[in-house]
Amino acid sequence: MKRTLMLLELARFVITVGIALLIGYIFLLFSTDEPMEAFKLFLTGPMTTQRRFFEFLNNSVPLMMTGLALSIVFQAKVFNIGAEGQLFFGAFGAMIFALKFPQIPWLHLIFTLFGATLFGSFWAFVPAILRTKWKASELVSSLMMNYISYFLVLFLVNNYFRDKAAGALVSYRFPQTAWLSTLTKYRLNSGLFIAIALSILVGLLFYRTKLGYQIRVVGANKKFGFYSGMKTMSVIFWIQILSGAIAGLAGGIELTAMYRRFVWQSLPGYGFDGIIVAILARNNPFLVIPSALFIAYLRIGANIMGRTTGIAPEIVIVLQSLMILLITAEALLEKFKEKAVAKEAMKGD
Amino acid sequence: MTDLLNPEFWYSVIRVSTPLFFGVMASLLSSITGTINIGIEGMMLMSAFWGTIIASFTQNSWIGLLAGVASSTLLAILLAYFHLKLKTDLVIGGVAINLLSSGLTVFLLYAITGDKGSSASLRSFTIPKIDIPFLKDIPFIGKVLSGHNTLTYIAILSIFVVNYLVKKTPLGIRMRSVGENPDAAVSVGISVNKMKSLSLVLSGIFAGFGGAFLSMGYVSWFARDMTSGRGFISIAAQALGGNSALFGAFGALIFGVAEALGITLQSLRIPSEITNMLPFILTIVVLIIYARSKIRSHSRIQEQ
Repeated sequence: MKRTLMLLELARFVITVGIALLIGYIFLLFSTDEPMEAFKLFLTGPMTTQRRFFEFLNNSVPLMMTGLALSIVFQAKVFNIGAEGQLFFGAFGAMIFALKFPQIPWLHLIFTLFGATLFGSFWAFVPAILRTKWKASELVSSLMMNYISYFLVLFLVNNYFRDKAAGALVSYRFPQTAWLSTLTKYRLNSGLFIAIALSILVGLLFYRTKLGYQIRVVGANKKFGFYSGMKTMSVIFWIQILSGAIAGLAGGIELTAMYRRFVWQSLPGYGFDGIIVAILARNNPFLVIPSALFIAYLRIGANIMGRTTGIAPEIVIVLQSLMILLITAEALLEKFKEKAVAKEAMKGD
Repeated sequence: MTDLLNPEFWYSVIRVSTPLFFGVMASLLSSITGTINIGIEGMMLMSAFWGTIIASFTQNSWIGLLAGVASSTLLAILLAYFHLKLKTDLVIGGVAINLLSSGLTVFLLYAITGDKGSSASLRSFTIPKIDIPFLKDIPFIGKVLSGHNTLTYIAILSIFVVNYLVKKTPLGIRMRSVGENPDAAVSVGISVNKMKSLSLVLSGIFAGFGGAFLSMGYVSWFARDMTSGRGFISIAAQALGGNSALFGAFGALIFGVAEALGITLQSLRIPSEITNMLPFILTIVVLIIYARSKIRSHSRIQEQ
């Protein structure tokens, strides 16, 4: 039975990706003379050179972490989609600690990343407290927090931490003790290991501990959880704080490993990509790892196609949104599922 | 604070409130049947894009407006199909619609103009402004209310039309009954799915007008992600007004004041990042006030 359902889930995934790619191909037909060439670049691009392969791995790091952050709130049926703002604010927190903390080896980096989680969870605190104290919609408030984070951080960075010697609008460079190391000559972000470890850790928390069980119960049936004596509101509160901490850490890792200063003048979009990563993983922390790799692959494939053919890589956002719609379409393949369940029930007779 | 006595300030309040008026109507018409439309933001953006592009190709801003509204309505139909037929979660579906618009408009903008930022290279067409005879001669009020974009007047008119539709017409009552108690609605022969899809489509149409105003009235070009949160602000403003289009529009006006105040403060050398934050902070404050006022009528158990 379980196998049949898993096969159906797999079929759903394949159909979804198939439809999305088909639509992507149709778009290419209209925008270039050599659609096949562009499509091939899109699908195989990240595998063509070592540099591109590492670019793809690096891209998966923030996606994995925001995907993880969102999967845990979605699992509790909380629609706090403020990962974007939390990541941005977390990155800002990392910058403060990186620039202000004494340059003690190891300790400096640890505190810098700690600053990122602290700021990220602080940013998640506002929608969380509004939701639990006053029942204000976390969806709207977390989205508003994204915009506030963007404007506030830009204001502070550009006015108080701007490196005037640099050619662009960026902050001062982080001291070397606050760097997260990169491996090989293609600069593999060692945050990848942190992201994978964290996904597994959160997965274990979810499926092996009492707290994880409570979170899943709150998501599946809040009233049941409440009447069986769970502190549903406190679960809903802390899950958002944890989610914000992870999203903030994502921002910290991105800066300390890849840029070593605050470089963003617009929202990087990882928080929104995290939504598709979480949905694709069906909010399962373990599955967030392959899901983030898959989305990063599409992303980098589209970028490579864009660089070589002059087609805007934003096409991949369209494909992602179609995948979100199709993956969450409960009624898709419902007939097959019913049949499988009925068949199983007959067997029992 | 002398600005508050300045007719130009209030003129700009109405100008910046116009897309929010449309957004509030879009949010109201969807939420009365219990189908909250998170995709308003994306529907506005799509309409803003197609409005500019088609107007520039046909050299006619009215055809552009029509195309813009059609595009956002199509998005609404897509959302309705996925939500009602394929049982996609409504909130997630709305988020997907927003992402879709954001990606598609940039992709197409680049394909058509070779620019990813804005449509500045295209010749722009805007919906004309109109002076209201007699009204424009009244001191102060004339300066505030006359000489707006045609769409602004359509927006103000639609507030009253929607209010009437929701409150007084049989259709409005049916829609509300679906939102309040779907089982009861079914028992008297109302098709829930029909009402819900109708309300999403109406929502798409109004979002379309709001988006078209942004690119063909507020400014005369399309810029990527130019809606910048107006769809969500509209949802918050509508929540403030409950089921009343009039109160919802009043909520939109409050946001309009915040935005216009921000623009005025910028001329006083207050950094734009700070003034740009105002409407978003206000949204959160409004959410708190709204939620607190609602909570008093709920028991502790219901709060869970």
